[in-house]
Amino acid sequence: MGSSSSSRNKIPNAQELMRQTGFSSAHLLRLHDRFESLDRDNRGYLSPDDFEALGGLAMNPIGGRIIEAFFSSGIPWTFPPLSGFWLISVQLTETETKKEHSKSSPAAGPGSSNLYDLDRDGKISREELLQVLRAMLGLQVTEEQLQSIAERAIQEADLDKDDAISFDEFKKSLEKMDIDTKMSVSFLK
Amino acid sequence: MVELCSSEESDSDAVSLCFQSLFFVLAVLFHFSQRFTTVVPESCMLILLGLVLGGVVLIANKKQLYQLEPSLFFLFLLPTIVGDAGYFMPARLFFDNLGAILTYAVVGTLWNAFCTGFSLYAAKLLGFIDEHVQAEMLDFLLFGALISAVDPVAVLAVFEEVHVNETLFIIVFGESLVNDAVTVVLYKVYISFVEVGAENVQTADYFKGVASFLIVSIGGTMVGLIFAVILGFITRFTKKVRIIEPLLVFLMVYLAYLTAELFSLSAILSMTFCGIGANKYVEANISQKSRTTVKYTMKTLASIAETIIFIFLGISAVDKSKWAWDTGLVSCTLVFILIFRAVGVVGQTWVLNRFRLVPLEKIDQVVMSYGGLRGAVAFALVVLLDGEQVKAKDYFVATTIVVVFFTVMFQGLTIKPLVKWLKVPRATNRKPTINEEIHERAFDHILTAVEDIAGLQGYHHWRDKWEQFDKNYLSKLLLRKSVYRKSELWEAYQKINIRDAISVIDQGGNVLTSARLSLPSMASRASFPEVTNVTNYLRENGSGVCLDLQVIDNIPGAKVEEDMETHHVLAGNLYKPRRRYQSHYSRHFMPLGEQERQDREVFQRNMRSRMETFKSTRYKRHKKERSLKKVRRISHRNKRDSLSLCSDPVVVPVETEDKAEHSDPEKDEDVGITFIARKAETPKQRPKSGKTSLSLEGCQIPLLPPPPPAPPSPPPAPSSPTSEDSHLPWKGSLGSPPPCVSLEATKIIPVDLQQAWNQSISSLESISSPPAPAEPIHPRVSALSRLGGPRPASYTPPGSAAGSTFSIGPQVSQGSFLFPDKKKEEEEEEEDVEGGVAAEMQPLMSSLKPPGPLPPPPPPPSSAPGSGRRRTPCVYLRSLVTSPPPEPHSRGPTQL
Repeated sequence: MGSSSSSRNKIPNAQELMRQTGFSSAHLLRLHDRFESLDRDNRGYLSPDDFEALGGLAMNPIGGRIIEAFFSSGIPWTFPPLSGFWLISVQLTETETKKEHSKSSPAAGPGSSNLYDLDRDGKISREELLQVLRAMLGLQVTEEQLQSIAERAIQEADLDKDDAISFDEFKKSLEKMDIDTKMSVSFLK
Repeated sequence: MVELCSSEESDSDAVSLCFQSLFFVLAVLFHFSQRFTTVVPESCMLILLGLVLGGVVLIANKKQLYQLEPSLFFLFLLPTIVGDAGYFMPARLFFDNLGAILTYAVVGTLWNAFCTGFSLYAAKLLGFIDEHVQAEMLDFLLFGALISAVDPVAVLAVFEEVHVNETLFIIVFGESLVNDAVTVVLYKVYISFVEVGAENVQTADYFKGVASFLIVSIGGTMVGLIFAVILGFITRFTKKVRIIEPLLVFLMVYLAYLTAELFSLSAILSMTFCGIGANKYVEANISQKSRTTVKYTMKTLASIAETIIFIFLGISAVDKSKWAWDTGLVSCTLVFILIFRAVGVVGQTWVLNRFRLVPLEKIDQVVMSYGGLRGAVAFALVVLLDGEQVKAKDYFVATTIVVVFFTVMFQGLTIKPLVKWLKVPRATNRKPTINEEIHERAFDHILTAVEDIAGLQGYHHWRDKWEQFDKNYLSKLLLRKSVYRKSELWEAYQKINIRDAISVIDQGGNVLTSARLSLPSMASRASFPEVTNVTNYLRENGSGVCLDLQVIDNIPGAKVEEDMETHHVLAGNLYKPRRRYQSHYSRHFMPLGEQERQDREVFQRNMRSRMETFKSTRYKRHKKERSLKKVRRISHRNKRDSLSLCSDPVVVPVETEDKAEHSDPEKDEDVGITFIARKAETPKQRPKSGKTSLSLEGCQIPLLPPPPPAPPSPPPAPSSPTSEDSHLPWKGSLGSPPPCVSLEATKIIPVDLQQAWNQSISSLESISSPPAPAEPIHPRVSALSRLGGPRPASYTPPGSAAGSTFSIGPQVSQGSFLFPDKKKEEEEEEEDVEGGVAAEMQPLMSSLKPPGPLPPPPPPPSSAPGSGRRRTPCVYLRSLVTSPPPEPHSRGPTQL
């Protein structure tokens, strides 16, 4: 996914994109419009700043982290491939388009695993988990409560006892969850 | 039976009542008979019972006395069931599937009603239905309306036993609740049409019907939500009157039902939404006890109501006077409702699946179609019909009974095998793990972000908005302040922990080690910021060195040892017992609710960390007072040996807490020593939590005894050397292993600690050098000694636990902890390490052998001075610690 070159205008190789992602042309058009509206400077790619300017994300307690995770791959968000965006939104909407059911859960994983994994070592350490928890819980809980939650979470998921949650462990801890339901967004009809 | 005999002739009430209660007992017995209910749904059994009961009464009585009175049903039986369903409705699931639920409830019910009505009319025109059935199109539509609604009672009764997956369940059940609005409106509109007469109905009336549908449904919902807010708000202030909380919940929810009924709004909707809306806030506000009460009372009432409804259905069916049979009507109705239900479900699902992220599969649709059970609501509605205006009422009653019986009994009976056969995903009765709780929340945030980025205002967007609103306004208004502060995630964490704890305890027995390994405890590494070197060090090494001077005096008999063993098993799991203990505790103190418990826990942990902190600073204190106190304590200890040990644990924690609270330097010192010592022999984490909890528990339950009076200012030690003074000579002696310090001791005691130890030694020494100042027993002594002595019994696992858990210095820990014979072993072991010292120990051994009360130590100076400056500390210690043996001994420091 996201291999085609970046060119703008009215969505080139739309056919290929549709084939790759299972999006309808309406979806593509919608995404494209959205992309253009986000890309205020017409640079042809999106930067974290563009996202941070979004009101909703600013309100999101872990918005910054999410943006970071989206941009973690380092690939610029250009439109046709829309790499990061693509990756995530495509995977998320796959369920909705019912084309590739099985693919959605592995994809959801890296997305949210990236969310936690600050130092990109493929593992969620206690500290990383703590940070996300702190962001999500705000001032409602004391630091000690946070720590015990994190501790508990790690103990629960940590199978190889390395005091961190690897991606596999992360997936395992969530395998009972209905990822399809929980990690999919219904995308315009 | 006496009653029965006496009233046989005249009062048949007693007969039937007697039978009735008999059958109720039978019905209750069904609950016990697992084998029976796994095959036959309870509702079927109840109906059958009702049939039998009705038959018996009919035979005895010639006329049916009982039947399901609509007023009884709508005012008492139905609300109990709906209230229970609404209050315990999984809100998230409900709203996640709200679209589907609404569609099925509104569109589906309308479709069913109209199709059934028109088809029956068509069948009548075609002659399938006997002409005795005097019914016009409006009558059939009316009948279609009341027979088409899926019944919440029947659905609950059947589906709860089938355990289909939650999505399927919530859709069918939600539909059955929400379609009440449709049914009520259709029913009322048709009734009014029938009253007016079909020919007088104008077009405007149809629009009125539509408008009234909106009013009835939205109005009912609003009434429910208003009551939910009121309920939440009231429970905010019931802290002082916990006892009325459950009553309040019942009353308000019921009031929501009645109010809606009063205004001819949808009462079921009102009650459902009142329950859904209030649940979150009420559950957070009311106490644990009230929560349990509400839960069990609601469940009990609901199941009673359900039982009554089904039994009455059975009884009513027997009464032939009430109904008239027409095979055509019955069979047509049965066929139509089955067909239209299936067609409706498939059609709507097809539409819905275009929007749903997770489509409803074919098997889901089959189950949904097949699960369209009709029940008591339909029956009550049809009984309510006015026989004057609806000529075919008796036929309708009969048909309704047949339909209800068929759906509940035949479909209810076969749906379970069907679900199995179709391999419908079942509900897993699995509790979420903390990871899932965390990640689910994270996912919600991510999805909201994705929607934001994609510029959608989708479901997650609005849910997020709602949550913001809830957090910023609603929760502030409806939640107690103490509750508002807490986060749901933390609550979830608590719940999971409690669940684990209970399950571990339920497994019983041998949890000592496994529990510690597998169950994360609150006081685990993470919750302790690494405050002090000492504690760190000890914790990491699990040092078995016992630094306490008090250990030796634990020389109880075998019985006491046994007791301690038991105690240690408990103590090993203290994290869990603490929770249990708390909930138990709250039983006696009404106002102690969840949040107080919470606060207490936080408080405890704060206290714990405070204690850690002062421990770390302990050794900086003046030695003077400490030494004095030590002497006092020691002397008292000897006295205490003769006392019972049992009383101690109670007092200890108080003392500890007390010290922590006052953080009085001198006290700190003293405790510090004790603590360190204890720490050394306690396993790393669990005991710590246990200890703190114990101590805090102790301090909260009994009143805090007034802090012990300040030590009666003993004469300042003549020449208390400064820390350096005492330290240096001591150090110097390390070259040739000082008699006092075993290898273990030097190895394990960290530098700071050692220094502290040295200080205490030197101060002791300084105290003891004047002839006899050491002996005075000060008031505080008792507390101090108890502080040291019994604590291990209260919270440390036995020596065996320490030994097995930690590899470092196990023998020391044992030795320090156990009693003469063990001590011997230990010392033998030490012999290997330190041959020279061992020789010196022998006397101690002998001195230790005699258990039981030890005479107060002789004034040290008599023997000590000879051994010279360096040795004196040990001498005094030894003499103080172990009692009689006059000769200097090297074991003291090891005991440290």
